[in-house]
Amino acid sequence: MTDPITLINLKNGLKVLLKEIHTSPIISHWVWYRVGSRYETPGKTGISHWVEHMQFKGTPTFPAGVLDRAISRDGGLWNAFTHLDWTTFFETMPADKVDLSIGLEADRMINSIYDKDEVDSERTVIISEREGNENDPLFKLEEAMQLAAFKFHPYRNEVLGSIEDLRAITRDDLYGHYRTYYNPANAVLALTGDFNTDEMIKKISDQYEPIQAAPVPPLADLKEPPLEQEERIEVNGPGETTYLEMTWRAPAASEEDFFTMTVLDSLMTGPSSLNMFGGGGISNKTSRLYRALVEKEMAVSINGSLQATIGPYLYGITATVRPDSSPEKVLQTIDDEIARLLDAPVTQEEIDRAAKQARAMFVYGSENITNQGFWLGYSEMFSDYDWFLNYVENLEKVTPEKLLAAAREYLIPQRRVIGIYRPQEAQS
Amino acid sequence: MSAESQLTSIPGPHDIHRKVLKNGITILVRSNFHSASVTLSGILGAGSLYDPSDKLGLANFTALALMRGTQKYDFQTIFDRLESAGTSMGFGASVHNTSVGGRALAEDLPLLVETLTDCILHPVFPQQYFDRLKNQLLTGLAIRAQDTAGMASLTFDKLLFPQHPYGLPEDGYPETLAAISRQDLVDFHQAHYGPLNMVIVVVGAVEADKVFDLFENHLGSWTNPQAGQEPQFPPIQPPGSTLREHIHIPGKSQADIVMGTLGPKRNVPEYLAVSLGNNILGQFGMMGRIGEVVREKAGLAYYASTSVNAWIEGGSWEVSAGVNPANIERAINLIIEELRRFKDEPVLQSELEDSKANYIGRLPLALESNAGVANALLNLERFNLGLDYYQRYPQLVNEVTVEQVLQVAQRYLDPEKLVIASAGPLAATGS
Repeated sequence: MTDPITLINLKNGLKVLLKEIHTSPIISHWVWYRVGSRYETPGKTGISHWVEHMQFKGTPTFPAGVLDRAISRDGGLWNAFTHLDWTTFFETMPADKVDLSIGLEADRMINSIYDKDEVDSERTVIISEREGNENDPLFKLEEAMQLAAFKFHPYRNEVLGSIEDLRAITRDDLYGHYRTYYNPANAVLALTGDFNTDEMIKKISDQYEPIQAAPVPPLADLKEPPLEQEERIEVNGPGETTYLEMTWRAPAASEEDFFTMTVLDSLMTGPSSLNMFGGGGISNKTSRLYRALVEKEMAVSINGSLQATIGPYLYGITATVRPDSSPEKVLQTIDDEIARLLDAPVTQEEIDRAAKQARAMFVYGSENITNQGFWLGYSEMFSDYDWFLNYVENLEKVTPEKLLAAAREYLIPQRRVIGIYRPQEAQS
Repeated sequence: MSAESQLTSIPGPHDIHRKVLKNGITILVRSNFHSASVTLSGILGAGSLYDPSDKLGLANFTALALMRGTQKYDFQTIFDRLESAGTSMGFGASVHNTSVGGRALAEDLPLLVETLTDCILHPVFPQQYFDRLKNQLLTGLAIRAQDTAGMASLTFDKLLFPQHPYGLPEDGYPETLAAISRQDLVDFHQAHYGPLNMVIVVVGAVEADKVFDLFENHLGSWTNPQAGQEPQFPPIQPPGSTLREHIHIPGKSQADIVMGTLGPKRNVPEYLAVSLGNNILGQFGMMGRIGEVVREKAGLAYYASTSVNAWIEGGSWEVSAGVNPANIERAINLIIEELRRFKDEPVLQSELEDSKANYIGRLPLALESNAGVANALLNLERFNLGLDYYQRYPQLVNEVTVEQVLQVAQRYLDPEKLVIASAGPLAATGS
């Protein structure tokens, strides 16, 4: 985490972050684009995720199967993710194969084909991916809650897109989205691992700098006022298990309050990990809501969710309700615990504990070069790399007073959405 | 590539330290001072193969209950000590073993070892926590009953291993879990927890001697003469004909398929030929030949891949896919066609070379983290592979031939005698 970082900006606007790590003979190469569901318009939901899939379908230089084979032959691991604010592609490879990563990512930044037959075949694959997710009751509940939490902001849409839009999006829609958002001025390259920085700057410049930048159209004003009154939704479906979820608008990642809410979430539902590739987390059995709900026989499990995003997204608490309890009881208990948070200030000791847990998880995650590559680019998508470097320090700066103020500002009952997934006898 | 990286990346006899305590506990340590953390992995006997048929889930229940209270600390104190230090630890059970995993900053390794010892040696299984945990486990089974992939897998195992614990769920069934009492946990712990077959692996920022001393001090005098031999089960036989079962789970959008047959034990000589063949069949690139046919060409599934699960007494070789309910039969037929081709025709030399390169190239990735190394070292010990296995690995991989892959395909795979399990809605109720 403390190794030096090299930052360069290529002439075409591509921002490059490099970090040498010589613990293992591998590299992790990431290209991040500032596009995700936040950039989608009605009727085109899911298009960013679908474009991500199409980016694996080949270019004239690297036709579809050739890419797979080239990476896999070298023992590489590669994948891509689409989120609210970003889409990212990575390869973790033996260090001596770094040229392949750089070459293929530079190539598919501009040369992907988007063959119509491939688009049609991928449509059913993506619908299948969505159907797999729909099998999970919490996916259905969370999708409904996003729609209730935002009335027009694109954060209301599921990243996978609606089934109607997935059936209607055309090859030209996809290609247009790709050409609009995939260019060096809208991207960040992050590279970690076993290389020499000077040599790597030359390789990257040679491959990426010839790619021309293109202006990205500005987004419409996305500010959405807070909810004016509490919303309650209920989703019914198969199964025997009841879930309760609550969300409130959360601060953007770049706001100081984000760190305060991170500590608040840690106290309430347990520490969250930023480790995406191994490193793991820490259990939450001493968190306030675990004690109040699981230890009091009302819930089977409890967890919280706070995501680092460009704009204000959501803070969520989810409880799996015990069959002999009820979501109403769970809700009342959560409200009681929030009231306790407002009535009796937390201690500095509790805040210090949350910071130590975060520090430990960073140490665990830093064993993994892929994690380090992820961190390097991730924080650039909503802030900059300093956000990541100062993360633990910013948690340590949280005070009981700030925490109280944040709880008062964000956890307002009138501005929340409450969702219940209630099992019903399934239709056969 | 730096010389430093080359030297430190592949564990071998030069940097794996092994010691067997007098009571039979084997300890493996590999120091890694690049990161300030340590990872601990361990196994002991006490797997689900000891579960009585009317109390399936007992081994797993016992393992999960170990941390719910000891003679020295109650549940909240155990977790307060661990969580305050940013440390994690947990137990679980598989067919042959109860396992433990943990992670800590290096300075907190003593806390991890002390907690592990306390939970293994002195659990008290408080009634209140027993009841609460049972409720949680029953809820887990209710969620499992709605999980199409989980139910297809459960059904596949049941049909493939009708006479063996490999065919039974480690987490039991609702009725067998309900039949378990607190006293059953006490008895199971007393009868089956012992040091004899225990293996502990520690990887991270600590010297081997310090780890050996820690375990000698904490567990060196542990004995349990009661913990004995594993029970014997009838030999595992391949299916005599194709067996098909569908678990109807209404209201879901997707169905899951798990199909296949027996695979090899882990320690047989042909294991790598099977594994490389499997890579060609359903792993390499975008899920190998099966992925190419089912996902890329037919667009039927988000995932369609194969796996080999090789254990001590046997294993499975299976294909998994998630499809729209209307496409179950079509996907099954496409998969059977690919299995026939794989059994009838040798793989291309170029395919085998691709997979060999993949296996050798990805080894450093699997071994870059402490957790990856700990898992690898545990396998070395568990399957008697030898401390130099990962150093010999490239050579072992390169020795596999196209003929050997065909031989193992013909020995293990019979596309006319498969177990085929699926779970999900019927086609008419799918989306």
